[in-house]
Amino acid sequence: MAGLLSVDGISVNFGGVQALQNVSFSLGQGELLGLIGPNGAGKTTAMRAITGVVSPDAGSVLIKGTNVTRAKISDRVRLGLGMSQQLVKPFHAMSVIENVILAAGYTKTRSPLAALMHCDRSHETTRSRELLDLVGIGETANASPAELPLGYLKRLEVARALALDPSLLLLDEPLAGLNHLEAAKLADTIKDLNNRGLSIILIEHNLGEVMRICSRLVVLDNGRNLSEGDPQSVMSNVAVRAAYLGEEAVNA
Amino acid sequence: MEYQITLITIVSISVMAALSLNLITGFCGQISLGHAAFYGAGAYTSAMLTTTGIPFTASLVAAAGIAGFLGLIVGFASLRVRHDFLAITTMGVGFLFVGIIRQQDVLGGEMGIFGIPDPGFGKIGYMFFCLILAGITAAFSLYLKRTWMGYSFDAIADDEDTAKMIGIDVSRYKLAAFAMGTAIAGIAGGLYAHEVKYIGPDSFGFIESVTMLAIVVIGGIGSVPGVIVAAIALTMLPQWLQIIADYKLLLYGGLLFGFMRFSPGGLAALTRKLMSVRTANVEFEEVPGGRTPER
Repeated sequence: MAGLLSVDGISVNFGGVQALQNVSFSLGQGELLGLIGPNGAGKTTAMRAITGVVSPDAGSVLIKGTNVTRAKISDRVRLGLGMSQQLVKPFHAMSVIENVILAAGYTKTRSPLAALMHCDRSHETTRSRELLDLVGIGETANASPAELPLGYLKRLEVARALALDPSLLLLDEPLAGLNHLEAAKLADTIKDLNNRGLSIILIEHNLGEVMRICSRLVVLDNGRNLSEGDPQSVMSNVAVRAAYLGEEAVNA
Repeated sequence: MEYQITLITIVSISVMAALSLNLITGFCGQISLGHAAFYGAGAYTSAMLTTTGIPFTASLVAAAGIAGFLGLIVGFASLRVRHDFLAITTMGVGFLFVGIIRQQDVLGGEMGIFGIPDPGFGKIGYMFFCLILAGITAAFSLYLKRTWMGYSFDAIADDEDTAKMIGIDVSRYKLAAFAMGTAIAGIAGGLYAHEVKYIGPDSFGFIESVTMLAIVVIGGIGSVPGVIVAAIALTMLPQWLQIIADYKLLLYGGLLFGFMRFSPGGLAALTRKLMSVRTANVEFEEVPGGRTPER
């Protein structure tokens, strides 16, 4: 299948700990895929293999048919990959909006020489304001990230990822740290982005929201593929329930 | 008068050298403890060329080229090391440079190069030449700070890994910073050689590298006006007062330590802090009857 992203049999080994073993999944154009699993299942490692922070010992990662298994992170971003990380990492010396503007200027930062020739930030500033409003933190545009609570920084990460105009967005626990209302609102925003054609992989522990917005789920457990399919059938799968709740709970 | 002209010339060259290190360390966040090697490479290149009859300005272009090329190589070799390790690696490059120079008879060995020809601009002409080049370097630094390159450098200095996540090719930007900074240091080195007319391995040793870094840190890492002020002050003081010249290392070391400990942002941050305290006081006094300002 001509997917946007395909992960083929990747294995990742951290000093003797097998974090991922022969994991495969793919993302089609326009999909909103939920990547779920209990703690330690290897979700974040899988995401890092896609973004290029870790390189897999075996297997391959293809973005739009291009093999990027050994490519630089920045090259993957240039292929249309946008990501927000589980641990928020804003640039602390910049204001909230400056964090987004720099990402929005991705065509100008493509090469150092091009970057040296351009000063104007007006177009990127307008775009960044829209994005901050979209994720609902427009009023903090000029604040320093150091002054903001986690829920805001999570949304800043999402806005910064969107500023890259990605064709494929990876979101690692964007809802964690948000209260019930905020989480539902950001989940709606994610669903809305997907409806407008953006393909998204969502790693999330908030199963309620995952079930509500995702069209397909991939479940990992202990670094292996456990199950895959539409949300209802996946969640009624005995093996999935066992992984989440423990064997006894299912048998009881 | 002669003395003042020499002083202005030397200060201009020093400002240029400090600003060149500021591009690498201040803007891009890459600590270098071996910057004098590139300053020296430029000085030797330019001096060797003019002693064989090549025109002075052409020798400066070559100095920039050779120093920038060496900077690219060192930058490339240093891409995998960060922070303290980068400082140690570049320090090693500095020692390597002096070590090689000492052993090469072609380069004058221990004795250095004597009788470097006069650039032919006259004393005053040369002073203006150096002033203009220092001015261009300052203007370029200020411009760079405003471009998307300066913006990207801020991100790299802040957090390299996150910079990659927004599509910035960190390696290429670091190499660009090294190439530009070392090329400008090369030109400053060429100017220095033709001002003092004699260069030797000791002119470009570790002490010189530390002095440059001290100027950048004391001025305020990344602040162009701060670095200029620090370069002027720290170059002129030892020339004016013999006692400071005698205790130069002690003074620079002490200042470096003091600023790192009490004002890591250097003179630039210290000035901003003082200014904001003053403005705050003024605002308070302007309130009639001494009431607390309403917000």
